[in-house]
Amino acid sequence: MNQLQNFTKGFFKENPILVLVLGTCPTLATTTSSLNGMGMGIATTFVLIGSNVVISLLAGLIPDKVRIPAFVVIIASFVTIVDLIMQAYVPGLYATLGIFIPLIVVNCIVLGRAEAFASKNSVFSSLIDGAGMGLGYTMALGIIGAFREIVGNGTIFGYKFMQGDGILVFILAPGAFWALGYLIALVNRIKRT
Amino acid sequence: MEYILIIISAVLINNVVLVQTIGICPFLGVSNKVDTALGMSAAVTFVIVLATMVTYLIQVYVLDKLGLAFMQTITFILVIAALVQMIEIILKKISQPLYQALGIYLPLITTNCAVLGVAILVIKKNYNLIEGVVYGASTAIGFGLALIILAGIREQMELADIPKGMKGVPISLVIAGILALAFMGFSGIVK
Repeated sequence: MNQLQNFTKGFFKENPILVLVLGTCPTLATTTSSLNGMGMGIATTFVLIGSNVVISLLAGLIPDKVRIPAFVVIIASFVTIVDLIMQAYVPGLYATLGIFIPLIVVNCIVLGRAEAFASKNSVFSSLIDGAGMGLGYTMALGIIGAFREIVGNGTIFGYKFMQGDGILVFILAPGAFWALGYLIALVNRIKRT
Repeated sequence: MEYILIIISAVLINNVVLVQTIGICPFLGVSNKVDTALGMSAAVTFVIVLATMVTYLIQVYVLDKLGLAFMQTITFILVIAALVQMIEIILKKISQPLYQALGIYLPLITTNCAVLGVAILVIKKNYNLIEGVVYGASTAIGFGLALIILAGIREQMELADIPKGMKGVPISLVIAGILALAFMGFSGIVK
């Protein structure tokens, strides 16, 4: 597989949310607006790139039996870094995302890529894989966020373009489930043809 | 009275899965049958209560004392992973039937966001130990409730004629959305 394919597989063919259906908790909780969703996506991308690189560097040194705890510690370190950086520079976004920043640790995508890709491939491929997967994740979060923001609030990126209020339920939890459910169904439909 | 408010709030009003949307992976993964859903919720309750207790004590007596609050995420996830492993080993040794019932769900629980989520939320909300444990237990019950309801509905859905693309995860999400809508009706019971 060349590096370009490696990079772009996360966008559609193996999109973490829409095709693999991993990391659904932050997807549902943080996509109340497209900016929140993308903020979460970028934080996850940073953790993915960092943990993928470090894990592929250390893959030969970590004994097979304790690899999962070792991976988790590496991932948790990067999550702590993101947590502290966001707290310092984007306090507003940090307050909105709240508990979902530390919860990146248990996001299945990060551990999944570490186990399935980074521990078996070169450092550079792992870096590209992390970036591609992370951007695919960010893109999916942005799309779901934009949809919920437009329908639920009548705004896009915080800019109001419609008169009156939106359908409030789409900003709340039920709308999150529906938006993701129908989006995955749509992707399934496109994939079959 | 305080405890009753915490319980009602955690089980119904701020239901961990349907309102806060934490712990969706096992919610979608093991909700095919009511039996497996029951096993999973029992295992989760067990782990959440223990993990809340241990992480609370570590936070108060180790992290806060040493000024290491920023190490919270790393410490908690390690403690939870170790705890789950330990529970598995102990159960295997002392109670074979219980191990058979819960064993297969235990490894999955480490990556259940609800466990880490509750541990962090208890610290964030400034609960004391007893409140924390009550909150943890009732969150777990809320998780179990949502899981079992969805499993019951999905068992019936097996027979329903739905479009191919909607089968599996999408239809579960749509059902979960309707359940979430129902649970929104509880908001306002407790201020």
